[in-house]
Amino acid sequence: MKENHERMIRIVDLHKRFEDHQVLNGIDLEVGRCETLVIIGRSGCGKSVLVKHINGLLKPDRGHIYVDDEDITRLQGKQLFRARRKFGMLFQGAALLDSMTVGENVGLGLRHHTQLSEKEIRNRVGEKLAQVGLSGLESKYPAELSGGMKKRVGLARAMALDPQCIILDEPTTGLDPIMADVINELILKLQKDLCITSIAVTHDMISATKIADRIAMLYDGRIIFDGTPEEIHRTEDPVIQQFINGSAVGPVKPV
Amino acid sequence: MAHLLAFIGRKTISFVKYVGGVILLLGRICKGLPRLFGDRRLLVEQMSLMGVNSLPLVLLTSVFTGAVSSVQAAYQFKNLVPMRYLGTAVGKAVVIELGPVLTALVVAGRVGASIAAELGTMKVTEQVDALETMAIDPVPFLVTPRFLAGLIMLPVLTILADFVAILGGYLVALLFLQVSSHTFLSGLKMFFHLGDVMAGLLKAFVFGGIIGIIGCYQGFQTRGGAKGVGQSTTRAVVISSVLILICDYLLASVLF
Repeated sequence: MKENHERMIRIVDLHKRFEDHQVLNGIDLEVGRCETLVIIGRSGCGKSVLVKHINGLLKPDRGHIYVDDEDITRLQGKQLFRARRKFGMLFQGAALLDSMTVGENVGLGLRHHTQLSEKEIRNRVGEKLAQVGLSGLESKYPAELSGGMKKRVGLARAMALDPQCIILDEPTTGLDPIMADVINELILKLQKDLCITSIAVTHDMISATKIADRIAMLYDGRIIFDGTPEEIHRTEDPVIQQFINGSAVGPVKPV
Repeated sequence: MAHLLAFIGRKTISFVKYVGGVILLLGRICKGLPRLFGDRRLLVEQMSLMGVNSLPLVLLTSVFTGAVSSVQAAYQFKNLVPMRYLGTAVGKAVVIELGPVLTALVVAGRVGASIAAELGTMKVTEQVDALETMAIDPVPFLVTPRFLAGLIMLPVLTILADFVAILGGYLVALLFLQVSSHTFLSGLKMFFHLGDVMAGLLKAFVFGGIIGIIGCYQGFQTRGGAKGVGQSTTRAVVISSVLILICDYLLASVLF
């Protein structure tokens, strides 16, 4: 965590096992308020599993996650839902509710949690969709959208309730390079203008370098690197070098 | 031997887990009830899907059920029982047993399967997780409307099914069995008890609940893509059909 950031999330000794596969094996990590942390690692190494613990979608086998000094792993029912209101999440496959229109998807949280009038909700939805460059798509169904558009709607939905922290699971995967950069710029803007904490999971090094205040690399169930983008490019660790240079040759076997 | 014991043990544990899971889900539905009154749109939508859209199939099944029960009863009565009891036999069989059970089995196949498939797909594509991250409890949002729609619509469908089935039996008696309209109707009225209809509707109420809760539970248990959704759908139909038949027996022994 950078020194000028107040701490928002603290992950302590997190362990998670699925059947006979130890996915997380003692994760310690901190995220500061208004900070953008990018978690990198190979596909299937447990990045998504890690972030799903942060908003309590998964429960760890061992360890704690403190969000504003409240242990989210111990919360249940109403308390957990209250704690989740601090977070917005963009899923890898966008996870839009396919029985609802784009407008209903983005406005769902607002309808459920606020007393805003229909008109105010429509305005807010329009505003959020405009931010991701999708104005006027309110009445479309998710099945009518391309993968990249779904992802942007997912981002608009994640931001709809003005969360303190957004969790982004592969925000730029599947987008063309130009749209990927639009999303990167948007994440930077959110951080700068609204002081939103972002935790992004990706294996897109260009995006990671651009948006990250800090990069953490997950390998073999542990965080093997935690530092700034400049530091990761300078490191001599062969595993990290192999990953950020995208090489098939090195200590990590491409299985 | 050890394998057999392990097998029995595993099956017992998974059975207890299943029952426990369904009971917990029922508990969460009850807790979510007050929320639903704020948003009746979800309930109305499910009632329409479950009730109105099932109507053609239920009525088609019923008309033939009534017709066949008329034919079968007439065959069994031949030279043994006077034909004026044909209406009684058809009416009783339909109202007490055939109407509620066949309607429930048809709806279990049609609606139970579609609930499991829909919720299963939502589960594997992380839509259920997405609701959770928006701090929206998926149970009041997805399960409660479907469960309540089952409870409400199955008795409604059953009333219509009863009516159409008796009509089917009546027409067959009139047209093919040489039983006069007066004979059939007087037989129907002779031993007609409103209590029988109510008992049939109570059965339908229970069956509706079974279809809703098993479809939803099975949907939420779905793992692993299209294959998992297929398995959940099949299991929803099989488990709810078996439960309907078992509960039918239990209710019959209590009610009559």
